[in-house]
Amino acid sequence: MAYEPSIDKSLLEGEHTEASIDAAIADIVLDPKTHTQPAINHLKLGKLNVKIPAPEGYNSPWFLFMGIGFLFVNILLVSIAVLVFTGIGIWGNNQPVGWGFDIINFVWWIGIGHAGTLISAILLLLRQKWRNSINRFAEAMTIFAVMCAGIYPLLHTGRPWVAYWLFPYPNVLGMWPNFRSPLVWDVFAVSTYMTVSILFWFVGLIPDFATLRDRAKGKIARVAFGVASMGWKGSAKDWVRYEHASLILAGISTPLVLSVHTIVSFDFAMGIVPGWNVTIFPPYFVAGAVFAGFAMVITLMIPIRKWYKLEAFVTMKHFDWMAKVMLATGLIVVYGYAMEIFYAIYSGVPWELSLFHNRWEILQAPYSWAFWLLILFNGIIPQILWIPKMRQNLTVLMLVSASVSVGMWFERYVIIPISLTRDYLPSSYGYYTPTGWDFAMFFGTMGLFVFLLLLFIRFLPMINIFEIKELKHQLDHEAHAEHGHGHGADPEAAPAH
Amino acid sequence: MSHGRDTAPKPYGTVAGFATADELLAATQAVVNAGYKKLDAYSPVPVHGLADVMNFKDFRLHYGALAGGLTGAVVGMGLQAITGGALNRIGIELPAMWQYAHNTGGKPIFSWPMFIPVMFECTILLTAFAVVGGLFALCGLPKPHHPIFNAEAFHRASQDRYFLCVEATDPRYAPDQVASLMHEMGAESVEHVMTSEGY
Repeated sequence: MAYEPSIDKSLLEGEHTEASIDAAIADIVLDPKTHTQPAINHLKLGKLNVKIPAPEGYNSPWFLFMGIGFLFVNILLVSIAVLVFTGIGIWGNNQPVGWGFDIINFVWWIGIGHAGTLISAILLLLRQKWRNSINRFAEAMTIFAVMCAGIYPLLHTGRPWVAYWLFPYPNVLGMWPNFRSPLVWDVFAVSTYMTVSILFWFVGLIPDFATLRDRAKGKIARVAFGVASMGWKGSAKDWVRYEHASLILAGISTPLVLSVHTIVSFDFAMGIVPGWNVTIFPPYFVAGAVFAGFAMVITLMIPIRKWYKLEAFVTMKHFDWMAKVMLATGLIVVYGYAMEIFYAIYSGVPWELSLFHNRWEILQAPYSWAFWLLILFNGIIPQILWIPKMRQNLTVLMLVSASVSVGMWFERYVIIPISLTRDYLPSSYGYYTPTGWDFAMFFGTMGLFVFLLLLFIRFLPMINIFEIKELKHQLDHEAHAEHGHGHGADPEAAPAH
Repeated sequence: MSHGRDTAPKPYGTVAGFATADELLAATQAVVNAGYKKLDAYSPVPVHGLADVMNFKDFRLHYGALAGGLTGAVVGMGLQAITGGALNRIGIELPAMWQYAHNTGGKPIFSWPMFIPVMFECTILLTAFAVVGGLFALCGLPKPHHPIFNAEAFHRASQDRYFLCVEATDPRYAPDQVASLMHEMGAESVEHVMTSEGY
């Protein structure tokens, strides 16, 4: 028998039956009323008297945020259209800064996505049961974040309609990609990551689709979830294969997620630009990705669990542990910042040294504001999480996560434009200024992210139903074993199975 | 639509529903002890120990994953080596269209350490395809219809009930005996299920 560590009882609050778990999670999808607010009861639009009473306790401003998300999706579409018609000159990128907001935002979004894979894959391999309540949501976040990330390099090519040139295929030009380029590695890494994340997510959803199919009252929902469940019947034989498949997928996703951000960091570390050519980039980028990703999970989970009454499943224990992961990865990132400075000094390379003077000399150097904001948001503010009480305070957690999200964006800002305007030639010395279109596109992808996430909440179960039931079973068994029922005098005796 | 095949409903098996996973496990053990071989259990969550009781082992998915991974590694490295012109160096001529020998910083044509990232990603991608494809193939997905869905109470198999089915293809299958054994084991519901018309 495999080693099973005992499970923390505070992972599931209150008394639950399988039916109550189904009702709490599946009915968010099946009952459209859970996505409204009690205030809407009294909404009167002229003659039209809208009455959509939200069920007891549910209070979700879904429509409000959907509206905001939809608005920003349109801003994104407009900026893409203008970009395609005009060219990428509408961005602030110019020589010497060939990589501006597009690459900053690409790396930022990809990083946010990594927490999803970490939670679903690495924590599964480590048998961390607390992942069960947050993995589905975090995986959805991964997929949407990678979608937002993918938009940037695609448009940065300038001609997104020939993006297939990035892939190796026989063509009349007789050309093949240069496989020694980290940018080609990036194409393979990100597309593999996207594909495997979607497969893992879908496999996880199959049993829950079956639950929804069997609970659905409306015909459309029944047919739609029936098709999605592909006829899953929960046979014991199928479950054995299913668990094997989950474990193998987790096993391959773990090195995959590490490889993706490693390769993203190679885009920089393989170059000779001062400040980029550093061997610590891969681990420091991966830690930064997990740091940013957990911050995003916390930021989104705090309001959503309140709107949809999920406090029993996503407990304060989850927030405590997520905050600890954030704190630990944040320290690795700070160690990375320290090492970058150490490398510059220890190498004695004048260009590296001058770059760092450009980062830290307050008031003297044009970019020092960005560097010190980065240290403040990523280095100093998260240290408040050392205090256990602060990890239990949702307002503090929300603010710290927001600070980390902003800080991780500044990290990429500090790495990319500063180095590009401070390389070996004085002719490169300049200043990078983003344009309005850069910001329109950035906020537009945020809108797209919110939009997709709200669709996910509306149409798919945001917590893994069968894994929560499994968690309940394991907790019941442990409670049973502790009370010594049916195990005779010796509570140390092996459990029945 | 009949192709000379008899498609009239036939007995599929006897399905019993239990309230808990432990009862299902005990019932499965009793059915196996009674000598039945063709059976399957259905549950909303994986019930550990059930496969052992049913003497069910299936490691084909593992071999499939291994095969997918090895194929991915070979395809990944082969793609880069061949399209990079490595075969030309060992005297195998390929049409010019199939290769494009980049001279990048004077590195060798077959600079394999630089090819590892893409090889790795191909390994992962094909392993994932093999695992998910293998899972679907072994579980017979997608298969929207199955005789077990004809059981009245079966919609709860994905929610909060645990089912055991002794199939009619079992040589010892006798509906009444199976039903009384199930009742003895505390079944909430026992049904004799037929296959659907046309299947």
